[in-house]
Amino acid sequence: MSTPDLVADAVVKRFADHLAVDTLSFAVQRGSFFSILGPSGCGKTTLLRMIAGFIAPDSGDIAIGGNSMRGVAPNRRPVNMVFQQLALFPMMSVGENVAFGLARRGTGRAERVRRSEQMLERVGLGGASGKRVDELSGGQRQRVAIARSLVLEPTLLLLDEPLGALDLKLREHMKIELKQLQAAFGTTFVYITHDQSEALVLSDHVGVMSHGRFEQLGTPQDLYYRPQTPFVAGFVGANNRILGRAGNSQGAVVEVATADGWLVRAQRRGAISEGDAVEAFVRPEAASLGRNLAELPPGQPPHSGEVQSVLFDGANSAVLLRESVTRSEFRIALPQTGQFSDLKPQEKVVFSFDPQRAVCFPARRDGA
Amino acid sequence: MTAISPSEAKWHARLLLWLLLAPALLWLGALIVLPHVDLAILSFRERIGPRHYVASLAQYKTFFTEPLYWHVFVRTALLSVIATLLTLLIAFPIAWIIAKLARGRAGSLLFVVCLIPFWVSETVRTLGWMILLRESGVLPALLVKLGITAVPVELLYRDSTLLVGLVYSSLLFMVVPLVSSLESLDNALIEAAYDLGASGFSILRSIVIPHAAPGITAGCIIVFMLTLGNYLTPNMLGGKNSQWFTEQIYTQFITRFNWEQGAAFGFLLLVLSTGLVILGLRLSGQRFGEVMRT
Repeated sequence: MSTPDLVADAVVKRFADHLAVDTLSFAVQRGSFFSILGPSGCGKTTLLRMIAGFIAPDSGDIAIGGNSMRGVAPNRRPVNMVFQQLALFPMMSVGENVAFGLARRGTGRAERVRRSEQMLERVGLGGASGKRVDELSGGQRQRVAIARSLVLEPTLLLLDEPLGALDLKLREHMKIELKQLQAAFGTTFVYITHDQSEALVLSDHVGVMSHGRFEQLGTPQDLYYRPQTPFVAGFVGANNRILGRAGNSQGAVVEVATADGWLVRAQRRGAISEGDAVEAFVRPEAASLGRNLAELPPGQPPHSGEVQSVLFDGANSAVLLRESVTRSEFRIALPQTGQFSDLKPQEKVVFSFDPQRAVCFPARRDGA
Repeated sequence: MTAISPSEAKWHARLLLWLLLAPALLWLGALIVLPHVDLAILSFRERIGPRHYVASLAQYKTFFTEPLYWHVFVRTALLSVIATLLTLLIAFPIAWIIAKLARGRAGSLLFVVCLIPFWVSETVRTLGWMILLRESGVLPALLVKLGITAVPVELLYRDSTLLVGLVYSSLLFMVVPLVSSLESLDNALIEAAYDLGASGFSILRSIVIPHAAPGITAGCIIVFMLTLGNYLTPNMLGGKNSQWFTEQIYTQFITRFNWEQGAAFGFLLLVLSTGLVILGLRLSGQRFGEVMRT
């Protein structure tokens, strides 16, 4: 196996009394798309800036392509970055922007022009090199920013929420384009985002970050289907959260009783003994909906509720219920069959879910 | 209540516009245009007897035939250009610190420090330099004490002293436009250039200076105009023989009572400053409208 392109070894960064990055270690394999996913303020930008070299870690080491980056200035690192606001140079043409890094390396003019034209061609902007930056659309600027970095053939391309400034439609489009670009170039991408959908769609591996640490590091499927912490369960994908106390357990399945006395069952994660405060999570698509008990899959404990609103969104349609006992919200994905297209608010319905597909964690101390 | 017709409303709006413009127009007309028209007329006539004048180009001819006049003229222009460039070199790092390095209150504090000298009148400030630099002054005494010179040297009345005074009195007018143009430079651009392999010098050359060019040009124009038209500093620090062109104008008007010659010199100075500003704009590839927006 080849050496990983990026290795972080016990990296720590502290700002005044705030621990931004807390003893973080991870490795990113060559040619993979790695995302760091987390809410704002979780330390992901600090981590990215340490990889780029704009700030130095307090302790620990970052190695890129097998070489320690301690004391190496940003302009000497085999790393390039696509900035959040892209930071294209407005005083230069598109071609000059792409050739900027080559010029700094002392590449000859003819070679510079040839390679930047070729790179623009590859990102679908052939013939745009004479244009001014402000003549381009948002998506085109995005591609120039990526071309400007990739033309230098970096070991690692860092992307700092580059899709944040785009509108929704373009963002969806650029997501696909980014993934295809990464596959075509084979460069290792390190991508930071707070948008879980971007991270899931794009990445080979995702590190979910909170308070300067990785809560979980794994494939998008791992994070979605096998969350290891309540933070990951709540942050990645939609989830119904049920707070309660643990009752008796049968094997891996534990019974959870809410303060109002609603009983649900879920798979146990971590050490839980009877009476502990717990939080359980049920995915909207893991639950089945029915107008009567006969419509529910056999063998699953039934629950009942009242329709609060129907959220029609094509393939992502869902219904928001109020559970009968607790009056708390519960979201269920609607099947594609159109079976429940005539559902009305206030209608009484029943639902159930497989306890194996629900997870239960010891409650977090801060109660967040 | 009677409704106002659209034509009446339009007329009201126009009246209001003129009323608002009136002070500026009065100022321009009474203090700039009228005196200059008068000076222009003065400069194109010649006194041939008591209260007897004829139109002529004699005043301008004198300027070109008398070497002293155009020698002073060229010298003034050259020293003003040097003073402007020196001011730019000194002001740029100051502006950079205020705009980019100092955070929050420190930036405002530095700005105030640049401003404070201007609370004192220019005459007093220049006298301060004289106290420091004259033969019996602070600096020559210090030099003797340190054993650098055997006897106190006169530091006044030299061209270098003159330049020091000119740079000092115009520093703020360079710092202000530079700070505003550097503040508008997105730090991400600097970081991006750094990330793409640029060194400090090439970031300055390819990112910072092109971005700040309108501010640099604006500052240079203001400082150049102020320096060229400065009377007090050359007179006090350069002495009576400093040969600054404004002194020549003063002499013609006040000492020689030759208003015609003074008016011609005034116009020549105006032409010189305009010409050099246009040349500067051409050389730096800037447009006047863009520069004045900073």
